Amino acid sequence: MASVQYQTESGAKVFGMLAEFANPHTLSEGAKKVRDAGYRKWDTHAPFPVHEMEESMGIVGKAIAPMMFVIGCAAICGAGGGYLMQYLINVDYSIIVQGKPTYQAWEPFIPVTFELGILFTAFGSLLSMLAFNGLPRHHHPLFNSDNFLRCTDDAFFISIEAADGKFDPDQTRRLLEEAGATNVELVEDPEGNA
Amino acid sequence: MSEINPDQINAERLAGLRRSAVRSPADPALGDGSLNDDPGKQAPLVLNNRSFHDITEIVAGYSEKAPGFWWFHALGFAATVASIAQIMILYLIITGVGVWGLNNQVDWAWDITNFVFWIGIGHAGTLISAILCLLKQQWRTAVNRAAEAMTIFAVICAGIFPGIHVGRVWFAWMLFPIPNYNYIWPNFRSPLLWDVFAVSTYATVSLLFWYMGMIPDFATFRDRAHLRLRQNKSRFVELRLPVPLPLPTIRLPWRGDLIRAYIFGFLSLGWRMSGRHWYRYEKAYLILAGISTPLVLSVHSIVSFDFATSVVPGWHTTIFPPYFVAGAVFGGFAMVLLLMIPLRALLPNFADLLTLRHLENMAKILLVTGMMVGFAYSMEFFIAWYSGSQFESDAFLYNRATPIWLNPRGAPYWWAYYAMITCNVISPQIFWFKKMRRSPMAIWIVGFFVTIGMWFERFVIIVTSIHRAFLPGEWGMFFPTPVDILTFVGSCGIFLTLFLLFVRFFPIFPISEIKNIIPGASPHDYHDDHHDHDEAHAAEGAH
Repeated sequence: MASVQYQTESGAKVFGMLAEFANPHTLSEGAKKVRDAGYRKWDTHAPFPVHEMEESMGIVGKAIAPMMFVIGCAAICGAGGGYLMQYLINVDYSIIVQGKPTYQAWEPFIPVTFELGILFTAFGSLLSMLAFNGLPRHHHPLFNSDNFLRCTDDAFFISIEAADGKFDPDQTRRLLEEAGATNVELVEDPEGNA
Repeated sequence: MSEINPDQINAERLAGLRRSAVRSPADPALGDGSLNDDPGKQAPLVLNNRSFHDITEIVAGYSEKAPGFWWFHALGFAATVASIAQIMILYLIITGVGVWGLNNQVDWAWDITNFVFWIGIGHAGTLISAILCLLKQQWRTAVNRAAEAMTIFAVICAGIFPGIHVGRVWFAWMLFPIPNYNYIWPNFRSPLLWDVFAVSTYATVSLLFWYMGMIPDFATFRDRAHLRLRQNKSRFVELRLPVPLPLPTIRLPWRGDLIRAYIFGFLSLGWRMSGRHWYRYEKAYLILAGISTPLVLSVHSIVSFDFATSVVPGWHTTIFPPYFVAGAVFGGFAMVLLLMIPLRALLPNFADLLTLRHLENMAKILLVTGMMVGFAYSMEFFIAWYSGSQFESDAFLYNRATPIWLNPRGAPYWWAYYAMITCNVISPQIFWFKKMRRSPMAIWIVGFFVTIGMWFERFVIIVTSIHRAFLPGEWGMFFPTPVDILTFVGSCGIFLTLFLLFVRFFPIFPISEIKNIIPGASPHDYHDDHHDHDEAHAAEGAH
């Protein structure tokens, strides 16, 4: 998307606009307005997962479907790989227990298959959650705002990126203020690599 | 209604007019204010109307402020005890398992007892976190973080014992699916190998679950340190002696918050509380909780297979998997209470987050799971009689329940069996009384007894079963050596050391989850919310 590059008076690139909201309710209402205005590169920031925020942001299902797919694949790989490992090991070196067929008697392989399925699913959940969120990352332009650091404590924000096609310093500010934002500021991106 | 409307309290608090002033009512039946018995009203999960900021301050304060002297003393004591375990393990490795009291007949004793004891304690953390999370029990936030930490530390203690009881520890790698010198692979039909996979999976998944829950809280710690650095409020690190002696303090050339910002910045992985991130985070956390629940049940079931798949009377029973799981939950909750009740008294404002209602809920769980293990104990006797197997009935009727001074065929370890029954079945019965369920001291004492009782349960299962197996000619006794005893005592020191370090440096409560359950966290708590309800009202024809 070819977007206009915005700069502050000092020449630093603009990352986007950050607006503070008073409480989860105004944040949720503000998110609905930003969503309905058609923005794409924007986000809400709250100290805890606000109830039904995914609906207010209009991201239900879209954001998690690929993650769920990856976790499902991890589960199948873990369980399937676990079974295959035991099968092949018993082909390679058969230990006869209770006179049963060496690898055709599959029942005793179930516990390890189950445990490895769980293990891979757990790694899949954490790592795919991080990967789809673009984490871990060393820095983010929003952290340049002292005010933003309070969002891990008790403050609620909406951030709209300048890279969004609909971003316009005046209109976006007006939209956020009409949505009930109290404290709207431009966030710079000194490294310019947003 | 004569009471103040909760919405009004909420509105006043948000406007800054009311912070913490609503004191608990003078009615002693309400205790700290969380004990109302009206089923129509939810008891407050956090007392004294704490705001979001208050919760951050309270929890981050435990980590940021210097701890009381009790912490240094407790850590010094625990670390000393832990070092005893390390010395004993070193002595064992350089000398051999002969330093323990094992013999030809009793070849599993305190080592496996301690293993099952610790792994059982390690089950409560994931139970509280995962099962209570799936059941949407919001009170879990008071204890889930500490219980998960306890899980990790207990599994560490548990992992020591099977590792060192193999004798030649340098061959412990043969447990893993790697072909050994003769290209022989491990036997995947052995429950002992299942155990390796179950326990290592459980340790890893518990660690991931614990860590994932802490990512947002680490971000809170990171941002607080950053803000202080930016505002130049940060101080240099000062090394003070934990005893009041007139010695100069040493000042290091670093700012403490810089170190905190680095460490917590690394651990929080750049978390920025984004709504899109939270959405994926909540779903991934739910999946972790969903898979941890069958995992918890499977791990202790597999531990019980170590015994149940053998033919030794007293071990060869199908009730073992559920019996072990219930016992693990029971012992784990007892350990949570044993640790949290002193902290509740020692740390400021802790009682606002861990209320008497939470303690009462956990006391009820102790009562229920205590009766479940009591049922399992009685079922063992029923099956011993019903099976008609002479060896089974002998193992239970004589070798456990009949003291040797009543009958020469009786049990030399009768005292272990009756210690188990007294601690596990009888002592939780006091929780039928409401007053006892609501007294932290009574709960702590019962938790202490249950912890002892659960250790004896494993001792009874393991040692009394194998010390008298089929042939009287091979009967023997087990007596622990000082090395046995000190290794177990030392493992308690390792556990306590790790827990004290956790209490000092990590978020003991899930900050973001607690913020999510207090009034004012849901957008629906704000009643100027006309837009959402317009359609509903229109549908009802109310407009």
